[in-house]
Formats: sequence, structure tokens, C-alpha cells
Amino acid sequence: MIRLVDVTKRYDETLAVDGISLEVPTGEVCVLIGPSGCGKTTTLRMINRLIEPTSGLIEIDGRDIMSASPVELRRHIGYVIQSVGLFPHLTVAENVATVPRLLGWKRERTASRVRDLLSVVGLDPAEYGDKYPRHLSGGQAQRVGVARALAADPPVLLMDEPFGAVDPLTRERLQAAFERIQREMRKTVVFVTHDVDEAIRLADRIALMRAGRLEQYDAPEVILDHPASKFVHDFVGTDRAIKRLGRTRVADVMRADVEATADGTRGIDAAACAGTRFMYIVDDDGVLEGWVDCRVLAAGTPPEEAGTRVDWREAAATPDTTLKDALSRMLGLGFRDLAVVDDDGRLLGEVSLAAIEQTMSAGDVHVSNLPEGEVLGAPVADEGEATT
Amino acid sequence: MSVTHRRYASALGALVLAAAFALLVAQQPLWEHALSAVFPAAANPVYPSVTLAELVVRHLTIVGVSSGLTMLVGIPLGVWVTRPSGADFREIVATAVDFGQTFPPIAVLALMVPILGFGLGPAVVALFLYGLFPVVSNTVAGIEGVPRTLVDAARGMGMGRARILLTLEVLLAARVIMAGVRTSVVINIGTATVAAAVGAGGLGDPIIRGINVQNFAYVLQGATAAALLAIVADTVLAATERLLTPRGLET
Repeated sequence: MIRLVDVTKRYDETLAVDGISLEVPTGEVCVLIGPSGCGKTTTLRMINRLIEPTSGLIEIDGRDIMSASPVELRRHIGYVIQSVGLFPHLTVAENVATVPRLLGWKRERTASRVRDLLSVVGLDPAEYGDKYPRHLSGGQAQRVGVARALAADPPVLLMDEPFGAVDPLTRERLQAAFERIQREMRKTVVFVTHDVDEAIRLADRIALMRAGRLEQYDAPEVILDHPASKFVHDFVGTDRAIKRLGRTRVADVMRADVEATADGTRGIDAAACAGTRFMYIVDDDGVLEGWVDCRVLAAGTPPEEAGTRVDWREAAATPDTTLKDALSRMLGLGFRDLAVVDDDGRLLGEVSLAAIEQTMSAGDVHVSNLPEGEVLGAPVADEGEATT
Repeated sequence: MSVTHRRYASALGALVLAAAFALLVAQQPLWEHALSAVFPAAANPVYPSVTLAELVVRHLTIVGVSSGLTMLVGIPLGVWVTRPSGADFREIVATAVDFGQTFPPIAVLALMVPILGFGLGPAVVALFLYGLFPVVSNTVAGIEGVPRTLVDAARGMGMGRARILLTLEVLLAARVIMAGVRTSVVINIGTATVAAAVGAGGLGDPIIRGINVQNFAYVLQGATAAALLAIVADTVLAATERLLTPRGLET
């Protein structure tokens, strides 16, 4: 557990962080979010003493962080930054081994830990271990950055806009990988971002900051449905119904009972198609290649013309895709159903617009219960316009 | 050719060139033939007092001692002004080493003789001061060229300051620092010929004697050998620079 009690950081006349108190329970992800200069990164960097607090108390698992040397403290806290900061003169494996080496681990133990971790973050140790950072893509580099932070199995992980510098598709994959790793490892994570969708997707609790103060600290659902102030309400935006879809993954609403054939369009006729909307076409390994629209087929169009060939990377979702991204993809492609594939493109099922709509209406209760212009909770200066 | 092959090929090339140069300066009769062909009128085309090989060794001693001192002082000095403790002295150090290079070495020689006497002493002081600028400025540039985010990552993982300096900053700056050393040494090889004026010896000896006795064969001999030595040193140091470049940074 990480505990901050009345933590303040003052630079000359400015208060960068002004009396923050919060607790991050063990195994949970706390996302610090807020406008630029709100003090979120300063707060994060005080936890591993890259910045020394001016006053207040910070504890990790009941121990005051001031009780040990900063160097000792940091070796037991994973640290991931936006620019990754891989050492360019060391190989991927050597980079991941940094903290175990500092801690004096035995060579074999370090080597096997490095192999395990590269696999955990989705990189083949045999292929990537001996590469140098300049041979990696941005997404791969950040995977190595995460592996390096986890190397000595620290109970606490600090992540400073870790996925902020990569393209949206890569960011989505990194977020999915992080969710998967976090489900397994249950670290206590403090995560800084300025991306509301990322916060809603990854957080157990969101700490929304403004001008060095904590505006609200709650689960994403509560932040969405019961904003404590007009500032929180405005910061989250008006599309909260859609944002809520960022909390649910395709895996939770997909159906697996879809029809597929590995025989291309040859094996498809009206009879095979009966009772289903789409007949998916896969290759011998089950990788999605396209589909035939059975209604078009039923209208008398020959199978080879009723079929659509697609690249699964673009026209499908994975189980880890959020409903928000799946919906966005559907709207972009003009589909009412989206194929679901695994990371290698093998067909797993499909997700329908109807299923997403159901999820939306199920949670859609508190959208407009904030009185217009009224201030709830913490005092908020008059700024911006009411959007409800 | 792979990167690894290239770094060893250049090291091998440099060694071969250095060996060829050593062989060449040892061939006293060859120089006699060549110089008498250029200066048929000269009765004595080759500097008679000592052999060319001895002159080269003496020259290398002067340059080696002064450049060694330059590195010994210049690199730590450059590192120090990039540390918080030395940051306040950065401008002073920059001005001082700049002054060291603008102040004519011949004047330093003249000023040092009353203090240190004739010989190696004043030569080493003059060349040391003269060569400091490229070493210090490249050390500063090299260290400051290391991205701050790398240092931040290193601190965040629990590396101490000394460890960050030695295993990260200096290593990543090695190539730039070596480029400064190379410039400094090559300049010093040429400038060291002036040291003969205060009796330090070296390849400046035949040049100064040649001017005094109006024997330009001596001048050509000393100047040619000094120029070739500078080329060899440049090649050897370039290969060293390549060997010191961390593998992950090679392009």
C-alpha cells in the first residue's frame, strides 16, 4: 500500500503539490490525471524521491520512504517513463538486467528472470535479447521499459505517461499488455497520464488533480457518474456514456458461436449459411481472411461476389479491445458486427453493436444528474462553461 | 561488411600504417638519397647530430607527456563542470582553456624558461595548455549530449551518481571525448616542433637548425616527418575512437 499524507512540494513561491493525501491499496492501479502543471508528475516523482517533498508523509507498506537512502528505495520501486530511457549501449537483455545487477543477483538468476520477463511483455527472448535499443520500434522499446521496471519484482510500480509517445494502435496494444500483466502480477501502481480514456481503462481509482490539489479520488465509474465538482465533470467530458465503454472489454460481451469455413467461398452455399448472418472465412490455421454475407448470398449473389476479404489487423477486434475502441472501429468500417481474433489473427468469435448498446444502457443511469452550473464537493473557481 | 568487422579493420589498418611509418623513419640511407635528389647542392642533406628515428622518438615523448597531462587534467575538468559542484566554475574554466589555446605557445615557452629552464619542462607546459581546449570542450559537449531522460531513468532505478557517471555518461560520451583528444594530439604534434627553440629536441631540431645554417634539406626532413607523424597519429586515434564507441551506438 502506498500512503500519502498531506504531501506538499513548494518551489520558491509556487506550490506544485498542495497537501495531497491519498492511499493506493496493494495491488491496485491509481491513475493520476489532470491538466498540464497540475502536479501529477511531481507527485509521482516524490514517491521514489526523485523529488523530495517539502512536507508531509509518504509511506510504502507502512514504511516512511525517508527512512532509507533514495538509491536503496528506488531499487525496490519499478520506474517507467514516457521516453523509455533504455540505455543505448546495452542490449535489451542487459537493460532488463539493470536492477537485478545493482542488487547483486547471481548471473543465472538474472538471466532466467530476464528471459521470463521478455516473454511476459510479449517479446521473444531469443530474438530480442541481444538486440540493441536502436533496433526496436517505439512499442517494443516500451515493452522492454516495462520489463526492466519489473525485473527485480518490485511491489510498487511508478509509470510516468508510459504510453504517451506511441501511435494510437501501439498504445492500445501496450494498454492491453499492461492489463494482462497487471492481472497476473498485482503490483501497486501509480500511473500518470493526461489521456482520460487511458485512465478510465486502466485505473482501479482515478486521482484527478488540479493546481496541486486533489479534486476527486474514486473508481472510474464514480468519477464518470458522480463527478465531485464541475471541474471533474468538465474534465471527463460530455461523452461519458461512450467513455464508460472503455471500462468493458470485448471478451465480456462477445459470442464465440460463429460459423467459419476453411474452404474459402467454395464451401459456402445457402444451406451452409442458414441461420447465421455471416459465414467467416479462415485459413488452415484459423486466421481470419474474410466473410460472406449470408443475406446477400440468399438474394442470389454467387458466393465469390458475396464475400469480403479483409486484413484482420484492421477489420477485427481482440478480446482485450475495449468496447469503446470496438465501437469506434465498427462506426469507421460501417459494420454492425465485428470479428474477434486473437493476437495472431485466429478467429475467436464476434461482437455485435446490439451487445455494445446493451452494455451502454445497463450502466447509463447517472449521466445527467449534475445540476447545471452547481458546484459539488471541493470549491471550484468559475472557469469554462457548464456542459450538462 | 559488418560493424564489428569494420571496427577491427580500421584498427588493423592503423597498426599497419604505424608500422610502415616506423620502418620508414628507420631507413636513414633512404632519406639521404631522397633529400639529396631534391637538394643536389646540399653537402649534408640529412640532419647529422641524431638519427631521424631518435628525433621521432623524442618528438613522441614531448607530445606523449604533454597530451597525457592534457587528458589527465582536461577530462576530469570537463566532467567536473557538468556536475552540480562544478557548474559555477564552468564559465571560468571555459575562458581559461580558451585563453590557453589563444595564447601563442612560443610565448609560453619564453615565459617558462626562466622558471623551468631549458629542455622538456617548458615544452610540456606550453603544449599542455595549448591542447587543453579541445579536450575540455569535447568532454563537456559529450557529457551534456547524453540525454537527460537516460540519467533520469538511471536515477529512478536506483543507480548512484558515481555509477551513472562511469557506466552511463562517460561511456556514452567516449566517442566525443576521444574526438577532442584526437584534435588535441594532432595539433600538438605540429606545434611541438616549436619546442626545439628551448632545447626540448624532437623534429623541430632539424627545422630550426636548417633555418639557422640555411640548409633547407634539414627543414624538409623535419617537416615531412612531423606531417607524416600527425597523419599516423590521427589514423591511430580515429581507430581508437571507433573501438571506444559502444556497440549499440554504431551506425
